[in-house]
Amino acid sequence: MTERLRVHVDPDKCQGHARCKALAPELFELDEYGNAHEAGDGTVPPGLEDKAWLAKSNCPEIAIDVIEE
Amino acid sequence: MSDASPPAAHPPVTDWVHDFDHTDPQWTEDPFPIWDELRAASPVVHTERFLGCYMPTTYEAVREIANDTEHFSSRRIIVRDVRPEIARNAAPPITSDPPVHKPAKQLLLPPFTPDAMKKLEPRMRAICNELIDGFIADGKVDAAARYAKYIPVRAIAHMLGIPESDSDLFINWIHMILELGIKDESKLLQAVQEMSAYFSAHIEARKDKPTDDLISYLMNAKDKEGNPLEDSHVLGSLRLLLIAGIDTTWSAIGSSLWHLAKTPGDRERLIAEPGLIPTAVEELLRAYSPVTMAREVVKETTISGCPVKAGNMVLLSFPAANRDPKMFPDADKVVIDRRENRHAAFGLGIHRCVGSNLARMEMQVALEEWLKRIPDFRLDPAGAVTWSQGTVRGPRQLPFLLGKAM
Repeated sequence: MTERLRVHVDPDKCQGHARCKALAPELFELDEYGNAHEAGDGTVPPGLEDKAWLAKSNCPEIAIDVIEE
Repeated sequence: MSDASPPAAHPPVTDWVHDFDHTDPQWTEDPFPIWDELRAASPVVHTERFLGCYMPTTYEAVREIANDTEHFSSRRIIVRDVRPEIARNAAPPITSDPPVHKPAKQLLLPPFTPDAMKKLEPRMRAICNELIDGFIADGKVDAAARYAKYIPVRAIAHMLGIPESDSDLFINWIHMILELGIKDESKLLQAVQEMSAYFSAHIEARKDKPTDDLISYLMNAKDKEGNPLEDSHVLGSLRLLLIAGIDTTWSAIGSSLWHLAKTPGDRERLIAEPGLIPTAVEELLRAYSPVTMAREVVKETTISGCPVKAGNMVLLSFPAANRDPKMFPDADKVVIDRRENRHAAFGLGIHRCVGSNLARMEMQVALEEWLKRIPDFRLDPAGAVTWSQGTVRGPRQLPFLLGKAM
């Protein structure tokens, strides 16, 4: 089975820097305050794995998890 | 009203580790070696100046303090020679602590989301081009005074719904509050009074004729109980938006252009690969972060193993954190395609800059439009680059020669 990735934003840590939305717009959404959450259930479509890791490694609040399933 | 103290000259610094002073000319000119020296000495250093002040020198220590609102209050956010009285509703939410911080912050967030900024982008591009039109034929320009400065001031005037032509008035208040006001409280008080009178008049005018701008937005905002904000809250937030939105981004655009003027390789790469500009903006924000904030220690604690005592201020240097080599490989180099960049230029924790999306958009647009029209430029050897002092660091004079070198 191929490895699937899932992203998750910890809403208690997110402060709305919006780096994830800029770097991986397919994987994250912003609410009316500009705070981020994962799009859908966070499943990373094939081909977007790099963007998931990029978003994680640019979050100043260390709010993003990339889960390998 | 407290007595205004006369401006005081500071003795020059001879021992940076035990007697640092962020207003010293050496710091203003080139702070980076000083920060390295302080960081090598301790994660937290202290000075007796400014009635007692700590400075965290590592990214980790800065993060610890930014996330600790129990021991570190935002009721005072600028390190000054004096401790002015704490005003209620000084400039919410930047001067607020939990629990009042969150509702005040949430009020300001919706107008500053990335989507809201996209709507402002065409006006920003037009402003940049109007400014360039004003000097491109001259072959030389002070890029700080005639370009970088007017981009954020016009943007925030546009958002607030106040005349862009009042720009020089706003710039003078900011100079009095953030630079002169460090050592001369009377300048601080005068500027705050003038700003309050200015905004009060705009608020009064909107009571009869509401407008579609940030002033009316704040006047119509409701608190959690559904009550309108107190006038002092509206005024405080307007003061914040004006002060925070101008010389910060002015500095960031100026530092970015300064870097590109003296680094032709980076300039040529961004012209060839404009898609890299957003990544480069993040790196320029890291390397030349303009904003240093402050906290007041309200309860004794330890930070990175160092004891800190109540009553002292803390110089919360996001710029120094962003130069910590433990956090950023090649921290002292500008790597314009740096992929991993958790820089703290907009702060960390609950006080993340409310205007970060605006600042990023302004920087990207300012660099894009400049590079499109002025691909070749360099520092004018006949002029001098000067830097602002204190809380916000950026070039205030930035003489360039435009066009290819002969």
